Amino acid sequence: MVVTKEKIEESLWSVSDPEIPVLSIMDMGIVRNIDTNGHEAIVTITPTYSGCPAMDEIASDIQKALKAIHIKSKIISVLSPAWTTDWITESGRKKLADYGIAPPLDPQADKGALLDNQRVVKCTNCGSTNTIMVSQFGSTACKALFKCEDCLEPFDYFKCL
Amino acid sequence: MAELNKENLYQYLLQLGDNVMILGHRLSELCGHGPSLETDIALTNISLDLFGQTRSYFQYAASIKGDDSTEDKIAFLRFPNEYRNTILVEQPNTDFAYVITRQFLFDQYHLLLLEKLVDSSDETIAAIANKSIKEVSYHVRFSSEWMKRLGDGTEESNAKIQEALNYLYPYAGELLKTSPIEELAAGAGYGIDPDILTDSYYQNVNQVLEEATIKIPEGKWSHSGGKNGIHSEHLGFILSDLQYMQRTYPDMAW
Repeated sequence: MVVTKEKIEESLWSVSDPEIPVLSIMDMGIVRNIDTNGHEAIVTITPTYSGCPAMDEIASDIQKALKAIHIKSKIISVLSPAWTTDWITESGRKKLADYGIAPPLDPQADKGALLDNQRVVKCTNCGSTNTIMVSQFGSTACKALFKCEDCLEPFDYFKCL
Repeated sequence: MAELNKENLYQYLLQLGDNVMILGHRLSELCGHGPSLETDIALTNISLDLFGQTRSYFQYAASIKGDDSTEDKIAFLRFPNEYRNTILVEQPNTDFAYVITRQFLFDQYHLLLLEKLVDSSDETIAAIANKSIKEVSYHVRFSSEWMKRLGDGTEESNAKIQEALNYLYPYAGELLKTSPIEELAAGAGYGIDPDILTDSYYQNVNQVLEEATIKIPEGKWSHSGGKNGIHSEHLGFILSDLQYMQRTYPDMAW
């Protein structure tokens, strides 16, 4: 079987981020490059945070997914350019919100929300922006903990990076 | 690369890595013991960031060293006098005020350091700095906010943070004191002489302290030695904890 980039990419869409199972690693922007020499896949990934404990799992999930369609693979991990929340796709942002995690705002609004207590982050439960930050660090390093002052729902906000 | 430069690059990477590893370890001791759920999670998240950065430095250091060097061997199988971290990061978690003050004094330096290292002539160091700087910006915000909250809080919180600062402030100077390793690193272009950060460092630190209504300690004397492998009594205890498994069961793996 000839290994093509299209086949590899299609398979990678099925690999999810272990911390956020509704999101594919393609949506997260973790996959930086897909290449092949005709019989083997070469996938380049980058960590969201330096200490992201999911990286080894993601690498092994990629290999498993590709093995399932009989493609051998080599995973390369790179640090540069550093991952940014800008790389999360539009569909990824929507899936995040549906899952209950407020997607990252633009950097200016993000600063306002995290530093000046501006009420700009949208509640994932009722859609109100009457929300306050409870803690700058949430359930994982990439998230902050928020609370909605209207419906009282606590929720995670994906911080800009 | 000339042999001397290669050995110095290795030592410089150890110094960068040891600071974040030992501080990360101190923070990890608080896992499940933080004063509240939110601060517990925040401190362990910061610890995780620091361990991630440590791995990047040590993986690179292992590749420079060659032979059968690995990140784990570097982290777990050196003797105390081979660690290059500053004495500040070894200081114990006496209470929350000490934890925050130690973090604040280090974070302010760490951010300035990384802002310079992004221009390192060494591509890998520059990449690690570019990656870390985003995380450390959050650390600085966190520790600075807590300095202000405790300093400008109640009489008791003010007294406690003042006591912690009085104790830890004389350890900050070592961060900025040039070691022979740093001098060579700066000369070769892959590192910096930390002395150039001094003015910005004290300006940034003092600005937060003033806002926090915390008195800036007088006196210029500073502890030092860690960068050259001469440590406080605390490092030995940290290492006996950290290295126990690898020393007892050499080459053990999960």
